[in-house]
Amino acid sequence: MAAPATWTPDQPLVRLADVHKRFHEFEVLKGVSMDVLKGEVVCIIGPSGSGKSTLLRCINALVPIEKGSILVEGQEVNDPKLDKLALRRKVGMVFQQYNLFPHKTALENVMMAPVHVLKRDRKDVEAQARALIKKVRLEGKEASYPGELSGGQQQRIAIARSLAMNPDVMLFDEVTAALDPETVKGVLVTIRELAEDGMTCMIVTHEMGFAREVANRVYFTDGGVLVESGPPREFFANPRDPRTRQFLDQIL
Amino acid sequence: MISGRTDLPVLKPFRIGATEPWRITLWHGVALVIALIVAIGIGEAQAQAVAGKPGIIVTMLKWTPLLLQGFALNIAMSFLAMAIGTVLGVPLGLGLISLLPPARAGSWLITQFFRNAPWLVLLFYCMLLLPFEFSIGHTVVPLPGWLKSTFGLALPVLANVAELVRGAVRSIPFGQWEAAESLAMTRRQTMWMVILPQCVKRMTPPWMNLYAILTVATPLTSVVGVSEAMTLTGDILSSESRTELLVPMYLYLLLFFFIYCYPIARATLALEKRFAVK
Repeated sequence: MAAPATWTPDQPLVRLADVHKRFHEFEVLKGVSMDVLKGEVVCIIGPSGSGKSTLLRCINALVPIEKGSILVEGQEVNDPKLDKLALRRKVGMVFQQYNLFPHKTALENVMMAPVHVLKRDRKDVEAQARALIKKVRLEGKEASYPGELSGGQQQRIAIARSLAMNPDVMLFDEVTAALDPETVKGVLVTIRELAEDGMTCMIVTHEMGFAREVANRVYFTDGGVLVESGPPREFFANPRDPRTRQFLDQIL
Repeated sequence: MISGRTDLPVLKPFRIGATEPWRITLWHGVALVIALIVAIGIGEAQAQAVAGKPGIIVTMLKWTPLLLQGFALNIAMSFLAMAIGTVLGVPLGLGLISLLPPARAGSWLITQFFRNAPWLVLLFYCMLLLPFEFSIGHTVVPLPGWLKSTFGLALPVLANVAELVRGAVRSIPFGQWEAAESLAMTRRQTMWMVILPQCVKRMTPPWMNLYAILTVATPLTSVVGVSEAMTLTGDILSSESRTELLVPMYLYLLLFFFIYCYPIARATLALEKRFAVK
């Protein structure tokens, strides 16, 4: 294992360097580099198919990369000997389709991984899970099955489920893209509160207003490369690259 | 299939093997009862022509307790074969989706072999290849014919159960795997806590259907001499030696199977409908 002891919190929590990823003939990521500091909230925007989701999936080793380096707290992800499970305990991920376990209640969904993966005491986990469900404002829905919840509610439970593992960084993959408009806000509020609490977040999103509001830094990807990045105010007011300008013109 | 009309050239969804699975319907029962009534009517008419013989219905009722005894063996064999087939078929199905190529290849071979072999051939193999008794230490355990043929029936069942497991696992959305993986769950944990519990529900209707198929296949064992309902019917007919009894008797036997299997078919259908909504 790449000695994680050398990592100190003042170094980037996630460091991508020249990350390449191809699916057969199609090169999705063509050399992406970025640093995410502890407590930083970055939003990644860009047209569909520009590799945003793949980028997040590479960070918790759901997708292997061909070339380059991904360091999470100093641990190299692009390493055949990588302890994937150890990595994933540090990296939480929330998906566009929520992917809650439909045969388990909301509370059981949140409790499953801490109890079975971290082997923590069931009582402690339950207390934490209830607190997390309260935090995402779904108190009273503990015993509901995912099928009984709205999309937005399911997504908030999915966030709670991820948080129950006490991750150091959270990855959000277009978490509001599949939601009804009226339920989007609740999810965004939850993420914003999380960011305000100091959680390191990497957010792939199409919600520009949200990105402007919560991000410390906004990245624009197109065609597998990072075109430009900047603090949100600057980024949205004065995009430098013509591709960024074109993209923002189209959606704003 | 016509669903909605349009002038536009539309591509209808193409589905391979979208045929209905084999299933007993009420019509089978209605046809059976009508045939039985007609057969009894003809039989009674023939019986009256020859003086001094008891009627068809009386004779059938006389033999009913024996037939039921035989039928109980059919049910017992179907239960046991299903139990063995399920207990062995589930691990075999998991072997089909194993990450280890040798385990996958081995499971595939076993599954394909038993799934495609005629049931009767497997039955003969088990009858002829298994010993009539075997000993554990000093105790000799007899292996009666009905038990051996139950093993024979369990073979195609286990292969079909394996395919059911594989199909059910495949049908679980990929997002479930991703979500479990991202929560640092191992493949084994994901399988047992996330995937398989969801499979149980999906597998139940086809599993029940398989059971019904197995049950109506149990009379195959009469060919290898097991004293189940089919064999007993033959015995009864030869001891009565009355040709007019032949058709009503076998129809009567069919009715036993229908009465047993029809509720199972209804329950399967109901479950399928309930799970399909989701």
